[in-house]
Order: sequence, then structure tokens, then C-alpha cells
Amino acid sequence: MLKIEANWLDLRYLDAISTQDTLIHRLNPCVKLITTLVFIIAVTSSSKYEITGLLPFFLFPAVLVALGNLPLSLILKRLLIIAPFIVFIGIFNPLIDHTPVINIGSLVISGGWISFVSLTIRLCLTVTTALILVATTGIDALCLALLKIGVPKIIVTQLLFMYRYIHVLVEEFVRCITAYSLRSFHGEGVQFRAWGSLLGQLLLRSIDRANRIYQAMLCRGFDGEVRLLRTRTLTGADIIYLIFWVTFFMVGRWFNLPQLLGNLLMGVYK
Amino acid sequence: MHMADALISPAVGGVMWAATAGLAAYAAKKVQSELDDRKVPLMGVLGAFVFAAQMINFSIPGTGSSGHLCGGLLLAILLGPQAAALTIASILTIQCLFFADGGLLALGANIFNMGFVACFIAYPLIYKPLTANSPSQGRIFFASLLAAVIGLQLGAFGVVLATLFSGISELPFSAFVLLMQPIHLAIGLVEGLITAVIVLFIMKESPEILQKTALGQPLGPIPVKNVFITLLIAAVLTSGALSWFASANPDGLEWSITNVTGAPELNVPAGIHSFFAEIQEKTAFLPGYNVKPPAEETAAASVGVNAVETEETAAWPAVDSGTSLAGLIGSVMTLALAYIIGKGLQRFAR
Repeated sequence: MLKIEANWLDLRYLDAISTQDTLIHRLNPCVKLITTLVFIIAVTSSSKYEITGLLPFFLFPAVLVALGNLPLSLILKRLLIIAPFIVFIGIFNPLIDHTPVINIGSLVISGGWISFVSLTIRLCLTVTTALILVATTGIDALCLALLKIGVPKIIVTQLLFMYRYIHVLVEEFVRCITAYSLRSFHGEGVQFRAWGSLLGQLLLRSIDRANRIYQAMLCRGFDGEVRLLRTRTLTGADIIYLIFWVTFFMVGRWFNLPQLLGNLLMGVYK
Repeated sequence: MHMADALISPAVGGVMWAATAGLAAYAAKKVQSELDDRKVPLMGVLGAFVFAAQMINFSIPGTGSSGHLCGGLLLAILLGPQAAALTIASILTIQCLFFADGGLLALGANIFNMGFVACFIAYPLIYKPLTANSPSQGRIFFASLLAAVIGLQLGAFGVVLATLFSGISELPFSAFVLLMQPIHLAIGLVEGLITAVIVLFIMKESPEILQKTALGQPLGPIPVKNVFITLLIAAVLTSGALSWFASANPDGLEWSITNVTGAPELNVPAGIHSFFAEIQEKTAFLPGYNVKPPAEETAAASVGVNAVETEETAAWPAVDSGTSLAGLIGSVMTLALAYIIGKGLQRFAR
């Protein structure tokens, strides 16, 4: 399958998932956005050598995946696609930072390895929650939330328009690239001589399309404003969700929960 | 070139967000004031166009590899810098949300490095002057190439700086620069070539599209000045935020600085050491690992060479196995709990 087609299918899939009707999907989009932002700040602000203290944060994606009825495979697949570049940058930490920090028997672990593991955990946490946010909210509701927190209307409108057009245009792109690759014997990429005419043609068609859509919108009374129908109210569930998670993130950020739990268990054992 | 949340610190991410939000608000105001609501669907469609075009592989002549379009410069040429800035910002937002390309915290930095640099620096300062009066084909070609290369070099340098200031990667500045800049020279050349051939094609087939943009978006002196003021504010904010973080959080930045320079301060009065040691105690995030705090290091160093040795030997191998074990057990339990709660809720949700 073409790369563009695969990516498009992922986009469609995520879009479909975001229209489910679960406990999480029904929550107020603003609340979900704010909770996710607090989560990301809590995770990224912890010390670069933090490992144990980050683990409780896995509860957040775990609960959301479960209650939001999300396919774990989709999220993990994305994580695997993103990971190599970050891991490539991170792997320099063990190579450069040799400060010994812990001995397990005769094995000495350097600070570099600890910061590398910490970085990988952060990567998993931040990537999954960002995907979960859109998979449980959907782009329309998310744009509404952006509007509510004060993003200029034209930016939100542009985001919504573009998202709609992606679905319109990608179909055409896929057809065009498929036709090209069927008629060429050069393997994957588009040859240099065809760069300009291929993309240029697509661009002209896209602009024509924009004009047609614009005319159609004028016929239906478009005046430069996009009116979003969905209005959400703040319910009790939203407030509980927000307070619970923000408290949890604060506690998880300031106390090392696994350490405390371990101490407790060791104490019981003794 | 997408930065991820895992590599960025909240201070740097926040500063970049502030700079990006400021520029976006300015661009939004500018676009809204000179709108032509014809432009709204055009921005949307061109955004979708670049978004889709980014996923097409272009084989690079003479090499076995392939590259793709980034699109910031192309959008600036077609739409004018302000509208292009908003469009590229929305492309990066969709990528961040749906493909997890770059995190939410890093989104500000990504929009700045990959979009705004091309729209507010490369286009007005390089492409525009070079193609100002009666652009010939050669001029457009040369200007696109140069603008794309410089834009991407600046963007890549922005990534290097943001990563460096975040202090999460250990990569030293010189190594990171040597890693990023040459790669982005190649990427910039491809970007410039693609942009040039598309612009030349459009000029041949449907020149009125380009003329409209060139006429409709005069480059006054104000926008450029605003950009530089914003950059200046961003720089001041960054350094301010960083110094604040450095002093409040001794085990992050300062430690790595000590590691890089290899020279901890030797003759600082003991009062400061105990003060920092106290802070270190309070903010010890990794009690189980016995992470060596910089304050102890400097304290030990100031006592004298012999004392350093004894201190070192005393401090280093003495990992308290009790706390380490507790940490380990607690971690396993925490993960197990998260898993069980997740599974339980899944059943409950059905």
C-alpha cells in the first residue's frame, strides 16, 4: 500500500473511533484538553533521572484506553513509528554520561542509562496521551475547546476546513499517485522530471476545488463565519474527572508513589 | 525535525508556545483584517494539499533515497506569509494530534521551527527580495532553493537550541549541530527543488495565482520588525526561565553543566553547600538510586584532595539496597495496579 494511503486509513480510523459514545467520549472537551496538558507538564517537568516516580502516570492512559474503548494496537503502532528518532537522540545519553549511580551486584549502571530509560518512559506517556485525547474527543469538539480557551476564530476555522479537505483531497492524491506508479517502472518515489507537473497539476486541481467549494458555500449562505452547533455544558462528571486527575498528577509529581508503596510493603513483610 | 515532548522541558516548551502564540495571534489579526473571505477555503484546501503532498515520496536524482515536501515556503509563496503561517500551524497541529508527530508541549516549538521560520524569515527576507521585479525562471529557481535551505538550516538550529536548553539529551552542542545541520542541508535542497518546480509549473500554467499573492500581500516594514521583537522577547524569556529553573532544580541543568565543563566551583563557602545539600535532600527525586548531587560534589571537592577520595569512596558504592529494593517492588506493584485498574474498568465499561 502507498504510504499516503496507509496514513489516510489511520486518520479515518482515528476519526471513526472518536465518534464513539463512552463515558470518556461524553466528557467536556475543554476538561479533557486541560487534563491532558496538566498531565504532559507533570510528566515532562520531572527530573531527567526520574524512573520510578513516572510509573504511576501510566494509570492515566490505562484508564482512558479502558473506559474509552480504544484499540491499544493503533496507539502502540503509532508509538513504534515515532519512537526511532527520539530513541536515536536519547541513546547518546548512555554514550556520553558515564557517571555511575547504582550497582546491582557487579553491574554498574551509569546516569546516562537511567536518563535514557526515563526519556523512553516519557516518550510512551506523552505520545499515548496525545493520541488518546483526539481519539476520545474528535476534531470538532477539540476545535470547540480551542475556541473556548481563546484561540482566534480564524485559526480554528482554518483547522476545521483543512481537516475536512484532507479527506476530499487525499482520495484524489491516492488515485493520482497510484496511476503514476502503475505507469512507471522506477519503484517507489516520483521521478524528478515529474515532480513539478505532478504536484503542480494536483495543486491547480485543489485550487479549482477550493473555488467550487467556496461557490457552493456562498450559495448556502456562508459569510466567513463557521458556526459550530455542538455546545457542551459542564457536568458533575467533568468536574470530578478534572479534580481527580489533577490531584493525582500533583501527588504523583511531588511524591514518589512506587517508593512509598514499596516501603509500605517491605514494612508489612518485616 | 518534529520535536517530541520527551525531549523538551516545560520551560522551553512554554517559551516556544508563547512566541508561537504571539506570532499566530498577529498573523490571525492581519489575515482577518484583509480578508477576502475567499481566502478561508483556499487556506484550508492548500493546507490539505501540503498535508497530503508531504506523504508523497520523491526520489532524489543521483541517489537511491527519497525525500518529501515540508511546504512552509510553498505556502508562503502561494498565500502570503501571514495566511501561510496559520495554514502550516494547522498542518502541524493535525500531525501532532492524529499522527503523534511531535508532542503537544513541543507543538509551539515545532510550529515555530518548521513553519514560522519559513514564513516570517525565509520568505520575506530571502525569497521576496530576490524575486521582486519581473522574476525570471532562473531567479525563482535560485530564490526558492536559497530560501528553503536557509529556512531549514535556521529551523534545524532552532531544534538544536531547544533540545539543548531543555537539558534532557546529553548530546553536546557541537555534536548535535554537526548531526543536524548537514542533514538539513540535504533536506533543504530537496525542499527548495520541489518548491521551485511547483512554482515554475504554476507560473507557466496559471500565472495569475502567483501574481495575486504578490500584489495582495505587500511587505511593509512592520511585520519584520514585529518578528524580531518577538524573537528578542523569546530569547530574554528563555534565558530568564532557564536561569530560574537552573537554580531551583540543582540536579538537572547544573549537574550537566558541571559535567560538560568538568570544573565544579572549588572555593564557595560551606554555608551555600549545606543550603544546596538541603534543597537537594528535599528535591531528591530518586532516593533509591543515590544520584550524586552536585552540591555534595562541590562540598567534597572543597575539603581537599584526600578528603575527596574518602568522600567519594564513602558516597559511591554505598547504594542502600533497602530503598532500591523498595523502589523496585513499588514500581512493579504500581505498573501492575495500573494494568489491573485498566482491565477492570474495561470490563466495567462493557
